[in-house]
Amino acid sequence: MIKTPFVAAAALALVAGPAMAQQKTVKIGFISTFSGPTAVIGNDMRNSFELGLDHVGRKLGGLPVEVIYEDDTQKPDVGVQKTQKLIESDHVDFVVGYIWSNVLLASLKPLVDSKTMTVVTNAGASQLAGERCSPYVFSTSWNNDQTPEAMGTYMNQKGIKKIFVIAPNYAAGKDMAAGVKLTYKGEVIGEEYTRWPDQLDFSAELSKARAANPDAIFVFYPGGAGVQFITQYVQAGLKGKIPLYQVFTIDDLSLPRLKELAVGIPGAQEWVNDLPNETNKKFVADYIAKYKKRPSFYGAQTYDAVGLINSAVTAVKGDLTQKEAMRKEMEKADFKSVRGHFTYGNNHIPIQNFYLQDAVKEGDDYVLKTVATIVKDDQDRFHDKCPMK
Amino acid sequence: MSASLERPSLDAAADARLTGGTAIAVAVIAALALVPVYTTLTGNAFLLTLFTRVLILAIGAVSLNLIMGYGGMVSFGHAAYLGIGGYAVGILAKEGIGSGFVQWPVAVAASALYALVVGALSLRTRGVYFIMITLAFAQMIYYVVIGLDRYGGDDGLTIYRRSSFGGILDLNNKTVFYYLCFAVLLAGIYLVARIVNSRFGLVIQGTRANERRMQAIGFPTFRYKPACFVIAGALCGLAGALLANHANFISPAMMHWTRSGDLIVMVVLGGLGTLFGPLIGAVVFLLLEEGLSRLTEYPDLILGPILLLVAIYAHGGIEGLLRGRRG
Amino acid sequence: MLYFIEQCLNGIQLGMLLFLLAAGLTLVFGIMDLVNLAHGSLYMLGAYFAATFAIWTGSFVAAVILALVVSALVGMALEIVAIRRLYARSHLDHVLGTFGLLLFFNEAVRLIWGPAGMTLTLPPQMLAAVQIIPGIYYPIYRLVIILAALAVAALLYFVVMRTRLGMLIRAGASNREMVGALGVNIKLLYTLVFGLGAALAGFAGVMQAPILTVQIGMGENILILAFVVIIIGGIGSIRGAFVAAIVVGLIDTVGRAFLPDLLGHILSTNAAATLGPALSSMSIYMVMAGILIFRPEGLFPAASR
Repeated sequence: MIKTPFVAAAALALVAGPAMAQQKTVKIGFISTFSGPTAVIGNDMRNSFELGLDHVGRKLGGLPVEVIYEDDTQKPDVGVQKTQKLIESDHVDFVVGYIWSNVLLASLKPLVDSKTMTVVTNAGASQLAGERCSPYVFSTSWNNDQTPEAMGTYMNQKGIKKIFVIAPNYAAGKDMAAGVKLTYKGEVIGEEYTRWPDQLDFSAELSKARAANPDAIFVFYPGGAGVQFITQYVQAGLKGKIPLYQVFTIDDLSLPRLKELAVGIPGAQEWVNDLPNETNKKFVADYIAKYKKRPSFYGAQTYDAVGLINSAVTAVKGDLTQKEAMRKEMEKADFKSVRGHFTYGNNHIPIQNFYLQDAVKEGDDYVLKTVATIVKDDQDRFHDKCPMK
Repeated sequence: MSASLERPSLDAAADARLTGGTAIAVAVIAALALVPVYTTLTGNAFLLTLFTRVLILAIGAVSLNLIMGYGGMVSFGHAAYLGIGGYAVGILAKEGIGSGFVQWPVAVAASALYALVVGALSLRTRGVYFIMITLAFAQMIYYVVIGLDRYGGDDGLTIYRRSSFGGILDLNNKTVFYYLCFAVLLAGIYLVARIVNSRFGLVIQGTRANERRMQAIGFPTFRYKPACFVIAGALCGLAGALLANHANFISPAMMHWTRSGDLIVMVVLGGLGTLFGPLIGAVVFLLLEEGLSRLTEYPDLILGPILLLVAIYAHGGIEGLLRGRRG
Repeated sequence: MLYFIEQCLNGIQLGMLLFLLAAGLTLVFGIMDLVNLAHGSLYMLGAYFAATFAIWTGSFVAAVILALVVSALVGMALEIVAIRRLYARSHLDHVLGTFGLLLFFNEAVRLIWGPAGMTLTLPPQMLAAVQIIPGIYYPIYRLVIILAALAVAALLYFVVMRTRLGMLIRAGASNREMVGALGVNIKLLYTLVFGLGAALAGFAGVMQAPILTVQIGMGENILILAFVVIIIGGIGSIRGAFVAAIVVGLIDTVGRAFLPDLLGHILSTNAAATLGPALSSMSIYMVMAGILIFRPEGLFPAASR
């Protein structure tokens, strides 16, 4: 009979946790997905962040760093709760991470209300670039539309006359389709939006695409769904008949699973692991040495967050209360990015190059290679909706 | 299905009132009442945020318990009401109607209406068929909401201002909001206690034990059961309105079927058909989730077997366990 | 017309996959009266085993056979350790307990195999499409799935209707106590049936692995579909599961293929683009609700329950 109060008290103590805040450390809350199948993305981001901290001697602007990792379980309501915990209970100086647009959008209000310095390292919701931009929120990734816009441009260069679009039926999927339609000048002869995230079989859509007989198929399926789509596309005998152009569907996380199936399918990306700058070479080489696998673009963007935060903390000489000064410093993007130099737009979204990448076989290994630069210094098209100047 | 319900006693509520279950419940409620005091003293505002969520989901569990525990109607789509209540608040807020005097009644009414439709269509089925048809309706609502582009679709919708109640209640004050949720929870439990001990409630419980007999005695169970279903739906809709205000955000994830599963787990874990079981279940389940995820990177490796052990060894969940009903 | 036939084939193929998963579920449900949410976990384990054995042995066929055997063994072990203690409990305790198992298996897989998921690679000769009738190309492997599922259906029919084990299964489904009273070792029978169910789930996992996915949580969404199938078909009825699986597969696929275009003729393009995917996602649930409203015990209710 005395059990329940005991359990409650124990749980209370557990939840309260050690609230001792050490002065003179930089406290960083890191939100990503560390459980379920997409934990593979979260792990890659965490690995890259840890590697980034190693590279700066685990000190930012001379201050020791403390990182608190929180798992959003890919659910918006859990993400907002963890964000609140980081702000209210851990009193972090920076929040870093966010893979998913919906988790980010849910968490944005507490972040902005509390004026917490935030670095978004993947989620590219167009609201973040437009009306919901904020002085204290920076992105080291992109806006959703930018990558498919680059792909559309590339398909124009290839002289493709008619395409068939397949994407999942959720916000990012629609953003991607809208992005490609913005720059692609040929005819879009069909568009299919599939149930997300639980539709795994694309036979109906592939049959439809085959029947429509386009010059090419444009596709967006992030994470594990990408593996399924490419596999089914190859099994349907379409590879070699109707070429595929993809964004975020083949990356360094899915390539080890796809292997031969992915070879020869082009994609657009703002970072590729063979970009020839010194920071990137060091990042990729050390990552492979430390974790025995290749980093993905998720990791690369997260690695950049370390440099960005380091520049801010250094500029204010460790006085983390000077948020205005930190913001001004971060707007300069004055650090060595793995994608080469980029600048920030008024909305704190990078203005950057997009590259054409291809999957090739190198010995027994399958790797992504940069083929060409599709667009230079591309800015998202939502920046004029952002009230910041 | 009815054969497998092992406690067809009509005096379940009276039972809970008289035994030690109440003492524990009082202790839990007292502890919950003191949470804001504790957080004010320690300055840990997050604890208040966490427990507000616990209270709100406990309201959902209490409402589910009314139909599932007392009425034998196992709804596997209860999270739909959380979503409907939440979206009622969110949609009205987005359209510029910020008054809680409008938002909340709409949330309750919309949930009640949905419950009426679902109840009318599905209460003819029994047992697992009923479980699955409630799930089917919840899935339909889930996909409808994903299709609502104007209200964010799959990405969800941020609510910039919490419901306003003139100058009477300021929901932006976390302590005020906490005690409001606390009050709603207690009111919900009181409502269930009153219903269960009324003639209406006795008929509902009799229906769970043997519907045909209740009909033979002359009770129109086909009217009583939907009525009970609607009351539970309305209460859970109110919890949805609270949840939307709490998170300042709504999304289809609120009504994903796994959330319905969580609610069932809370009720069964705490003690099916007991007044305070759902509250205890919600507190224990959510704190275990939160606590275990801090202890280990593989929390479900521990949580899973705990649930299995409760299912195997504890007749009537934690409440039953505490009262010494062992299987 | 050819295109319509092709889409129907796609639907039948999805239905066959669902049948493999639903057959085991309905067997366990019908005979032991057990609601098993962990059935999807056995499906997931089957796929992981196959992918692992494929790496070890280098042979697709050997991997499939080994995975089947191990799935059945794991199922029987699970029955002895945990599941048999749940039979006497209510359906809600089943939900709680097997939900716990589902959580446990997901984490265990993450611990053992990591979060990244795996790939079961097909032999190269299956990686193509063949022309089955002039104008229709169909992936070879999907044909293999259809044939394998039909073979399993025939085998199940034979086992249930023509063997002693099947006789006991049928007897157990209609009157458990009587079978026990007649001196049949009910415990052993249940363990065997659960093992058979696990093998079927594992087989479904293995067969879909090359086209869908091998990853954590892969069993959960498809489990809901499998429940829809056994509910529409009537619990405990393998024939019902077979018919319902094809119905669900066809509705889902054909709905996805044609509904948006049909709506486009009636509504504005914009409205159709929004409504189409939402409606086709809902279609199977609408059908299930509709069937249950008119036939509260499914299409083929088990007679004596």
